[in-house]
Amino acid sequence: MGAKLLRTPTPSWPGSYGDEARPRKGFFTDTSVCIGCKACEVACKEWNRIPGSPRGFSGRSYDNTLALGPDSWRHVAFVEQRVPAGVADGASPAEAAARGEAIEAGAPLREDAGGVRWLMASDVCKHCSHAACLEVCPTGALFRTEYGTVVVQEDVCNGCGYCVPACPFGVIGRREGDGRAWKCTLCYDRLKDEREPACAQACPTSSIQFGDLDELRARAEKRLAELREAGESGAQLYLADEDDGVGGAGAFFLLLDEPEVYGLPPDPVDATRELGSAWAAAGAAALALAAGLVAAALGGRG
Amino acid sequence: MSEQPPLAAAAAAGARASRDGAGPSSYYGQAVLKRPVWTWEIPVYFFLGGLAGASAGLAYVAGLRRNRRLERSAWAAAALAAAASPALLVSDLGRPERFLNMLRLFKVTSPMSVGSWVVAAMVPSSAVASADAWLGALPRLARVARPGAALAGLPMSTYTAVLLANTAIPAWHEARGTLPFLFAGGAAASAGAVAAAATPAADAGPARRLAIGGAAAELAAAALMERRLGELARPYREGAAGRLGRAGKALTAGGAALLAARGRRSRAAAIAGGLLVAGGALCARWSVFRAGFASASDPSFTVGPQRARIERGEARGGSRKAARSQAG
Repeated sequence: MGAKLLRTPTPSWPGSYGDEARPRKGFFTDTSVCIGCKACEVACKEWNRIPGSPRGFSGRSYDNTLALGPDSWRHVAFVEQRVPAGVADGASPAEAAARGEAIEAGAPLREDAGGVRWLMASDVCKHCSHAACLEVCPTGALFRTEYGTVVVQEDVCNGCGYCVPACPFGVIGRREGDGRAWKCTLCYDRLKDEREPACAQACPTSSIQFGDLDELRARAEKRLAELREAGESGAQLYLADEDDGVGGAGAFFLLLDEPEVYGLPPDPVDATRELGSAWAAAGAAALALAAGLVAAALGGRG
Repeated sequence: MSEQPPLAAAAAAGARASRDGAGPSSYYGQAVLKRPVWTWEIPVYFFLGGLAGASAGLAYVAGLRRNRRLERSAWAAAALAAAASPALLVSDLGRPERFLNMLRLFKVTSPMSVGSWVVAAMVPSSAVASADAWLGALPRLARVARPGAALAGLPMSTYTAVLLANTAIPAWHEARGTLPFLFAGGAAASAGAVAAAATPAADAGPARRLAIGGAAAELAAAALMERRLGELARPYREGAAGRLGRAGKALTAGGAALLAARGRRSRAAAIAGGLLVAGGALCARWSVFRAGFASASDPSFTVGPQRARIERGEARGGSRKAARSQAG
């Protein structure tokens, strides 16, 4: 309940920054033009001097990074969906993929794409408006910057690990051998120099677009309308709205299929939303414990 | 890549299955959430913290009733369990030398922050109360420390449940209404059990009653929690968490029965029963801890309920397919 009172659109931004507040910055990742080159992953690693994370060959399409984590702040997902021939005849690729039974029955496959529809998407920390990692951080190491982004102060983090299971996207992690939590900073250092984040600069197709969040959202709206016009029925904006479970995100996405297909949760929720009811239950349990103690003492001594 | 990749086929089948309602799809079966990085220190702390908290309460009420022998053993249990707690918590940190950063601020949205202050109050107050009870040292300070420790003991016994519930892990988050009662029951059971084992039977009546009542509450809360969780309770029933949970219930029920039947007459039975109940409370906490790992590792526990609440119209979800009319 206390948490609800504090629930402003983006807590501590811009309010607590006064004159130093900057327009909220973010990423619009348009996965419809991602070509899976992983330049974003490489640029991020180089700029932020992230340790290597060799995992070998996964066999999961071209994805050997597999997930975001303390040593992977950008991750390109590769989804291969089998698509039957004749998808142009009315059905969108998404609908066609859903009807994959046709393939099992021996229907011919779309030849030009080898019968496979590729979905590629560069994932990143969402910089949620209501960021559970930041809310649960006991040291204040995680904070909201003047750009409305969420950043870990590496000189404060003591590696308690609470942010790790708090994140509804499984983004933040504790680095082996280092002991502290790490994640995307939206290139806080580059922002201060008025430069765009390394991943956005490296992206050759403008799948990763950086800018003021308001402007990015308007651009995404147009792109969604275009794609739907073109018959891409699976196209959807993910985390672009303030009334979702995390209050909208600084980094949002245009996806061509349901979020879970890309490994993203379909209805992510900031766990601290329900903190009031959890504290209330703990209060009731504490009172019950007190009553039990008194009751136990009221009986005889032996 | 012209050959059908089996994983892609599986992914497509998964996507199809989700549309047919047969099961949620995922990205190569990978977890959506990260597993916690916490190690064995944490469930042991959950147990000792609860033991310390409820022992302080027991010691305080025993003192009010002038039951000196029970008061002394309960203060000792409270002080020792509380003293071990910071050591466990610090050793679990990724940067133990920075443990004092826990007290940089006080934050209600972070149960770990709240808990750090509760532990910081619990350790010295229970130590002073215990020093007074055993050595007669610091009697004036103890007059403040005793009610202070007893009061701090109440959140000490329950906040750890909020700490777990306040995460994205379904088996913990969705249990937020019952988990504090499970932890409070376990705290009462273990405090009563340890005091019943450490106190001559003639003075240990309140401790035995607390152990038996706490054990009953703990078992009832566990049953209620699993029923309410429905499908999400599977991590509590399977694998390591399931084995620990079943062992815990058997130990708790057996120990409580032994305390009830023979605890008043036989000191040996009181010690055995007390150890069983305390062991049961430890297993129960460990089971909850492990269940969270299993719950985080399986994407179906994350995606399934989220997709279901979107389909039931209870949540709008993270996605929007319709473009806004006044876009651009």
